[in-house]
Amino acid sequence: MKYLFVLFFIAYNSYNTGLEFESENSSGYFPITQEKDLKQSIKDGQGVYSGFCMRCHLSEGEGVEGIYPPLANSNWLAEKRMESIKSVKYGLNGEIEVNGKTYNNNMTSMGLTDREVADVMNYIMNSFGNEDRDLSQVTLDEVSSISEE
Amino acid sequence: MMNIKALTLGLLSISFMACAQNDNTIDTLEEDYSHEVIIDNIEIPWGLDFFEDGSFLATSKEGQIFYHKNGTTTKVADVPNVYNRGQGGLMDVKIHPDYPQKPWIYFTHASTQGDEDGGHTALVKADFIDGKLSNMETLYKASPNTTKGQHFGSRLEFDKDGYLYMSIGDRGEREVNPQDISRDAGKIYRFNDDGSVPEDNPFYTDGNAKKAIYSYGHRNPQGMEIHPESGEIWVHEHGPRGGDEINIIKKGANYGWPVISYGINYNGTEFTDQTSQPGMEQPFYYWVPSIAPSGMTFVTSDKYPELKGNILAGSLKFQYLEHLVINENGVQKREKLLNKVGRVRSVKQGTDGFIYVGIEGVGVVKMLPKS
Repeated sequence: MKYLFVLFFIAYNSYNTGLEFESENSSGYFPITQEKDLKQSIKDGQGVYSGFCMRCHLSEGEGVEGIYPPLANSNWLAEKRMESIKSVKYGLNGEIEVNGKTYNNNMTSMGLTDREVADVMNYIMNSFGNEDRDLSQVTLDEVSSISEE
Repeated sequence: MMNIKALTLGLLSISFMACAQNDNTIDTLEEDYSHEVIIDNIEIPWGLDFFEDGSFLATSKEGQIFYHKNGTTTKVADVPNVYNRGQGGLMDVKIHPDYPQKPWIYFTHASTQGDEDGGHTALVKADFIDGKLSNMETLYKASPNTTKGQHFGSRLEFDKDGYLYMSIGDRGEREVNPQDISRDAGKIYRFNDDGSVPEDNPFYTDGNAKKAIYSYGHRNPQGMEIHPESGEIWVHEHGPRGGDEINIIKKGANYGWPVISYGINYNGTEFTDQTSQPGMEQPFYYWVPSIAPSGMTFVTSDKYPELKGNILAGSLKFQYLEHLVINENGVQKREKLLNKVGRVRSVKQGTDGFIYVGIEGVGVVKMLPKS
C-alpha cells in the first residue's frame, strides 16, 4: 500500500511538472476506458457469480420457481437489458414476469463495483442457454452510465 | 438406445431436482397471523433488541442504527467502516443484560478495517444513554479481510453468566477456515463484556489458536438465542444446498463443517459423503431442503399460547417465519407463519411479549396474536 502511494506521488508530481510545458488549451481531455476482452470478462464474471448470485439463482441459472427467477433462457434478461444491469447494480424490489411466471421478491444491491457488474452480466449473458441470443457485450461505460432513477 | 437411456436419466434427474425444492414436512396454517408494520424505512432490518421499557434498537444492513420509542423511530448512528457488500454490512445488535447499570450496547458489522482489501466481521461496543449513542469501540476484528461476499455470521447473545457470544461464518473458504482454530471464521466466539477473552475459554492456552474461539466447524450461523430454561446457547446455521442445522453450543466442540454435512454443493455435486464422524457434533435438527434460516427466538410470553416454549426462525428463501415445535427428542412439528411475507431476516420477542419480525423490503413488523 505504501509502495503504491509512493508510486502515485511520483507520477502525480511528474504530471504536474509536465503540465507546465503545455499550452493553456490542453484543459479538455477525456479519460480513456479500455474495455476488457469479452472472454476475460466472462471468466471473471463466473467468479462473481459463484460468490454473489449462485446461492439463490443456482449453478445453472435455473432459479427456484415462484421464488428466485431463472437467469437461464431468460426473456427478461434478453428484453430488458438496462433493467437487468440496473437490478444487479442497485437491486430489484417488486413484481416482475420472467418466462411467463410471476415473481415478487426483494434482491438487494450486492455492493459490486461497476467492473464486477459488467463481468457478471457478461458471464450470465453468455451462459445457461442465453448465449444463443447473441447479446452484445456489457461494457464498463454502459454500467457506469446507468443511474438508480 | 443409449441416447434414450441418457435422455430418460436426464429428465428423471431434472424432475428429481424440482421435487427436491418441495418441503413436505412443514404445515401451512389454515388461518395465518396478521401483522402491523412498526418501522417501514429500513430495507434490511438485520438485528433487533429490546430495552426494559419496551423501546428497541434496530439495525439496517447499509450501516445505520435506529432507536424506536413511543411510535417514533430515530437514527442514532451511522456506523463507520461498514463493508456493505454481498451478505455483509451492519448486522446484529445486542443490549447488555444489566442495562442501564451497564449502559452498553454491542453490534457486529462487516468491517473494512485492516491492511488487506475487502472485509471481515467486527464486534463493536458503544454507550447508549438517554437515547444517544456514543463511544464506539471495536472489541474484536476478524482477519484477514477478503473481497468474498459470503458468510459473515453476525449473531450476538449473552448467557446467564454474562459472557457474550458472537458467530462468524466461514467467509466462503470452507477448506481453509472452519476446521482450523488458528484462523478466524466458521466459529462461535466467547468474550467478557469488556471484549477481553475469558481465561477458561477452551483454546486459551493453545499458543496457535485464536483464544476467543468457543466452538468451531460452523458454516454460517445467523441465529443465536439462549434457551430460556437450560441457559444453553442455541444456534442455527445455513447449510449449502440442504443441511441447514440447529446446534446447541458446547465448549470446545467441533460441529463438523465441511467434513460432515447433510447438504450438497449448489451445483448438485457432493463434497462429502459423511454425515457423522467421531469427535464431531450432530445437529439437534437439520433442514433438507434448506430454508436459509436467519434470526431466532424462543417464545416465552403468554400472548401466543400455541407457540409458547417453541422456536421461531426466519426463512430468507421461502419468505415465512418458521415455527418449530420442540421437545427433548428434537423437532416434533413445523409450521409456516406469516407465509409469503418476504425474506425474514430477524425475529425477537419484545419486552411487551409480542413477536417482532424484521423483513427485507418491508421493515420491522409486529405479529398480532389470534384473538
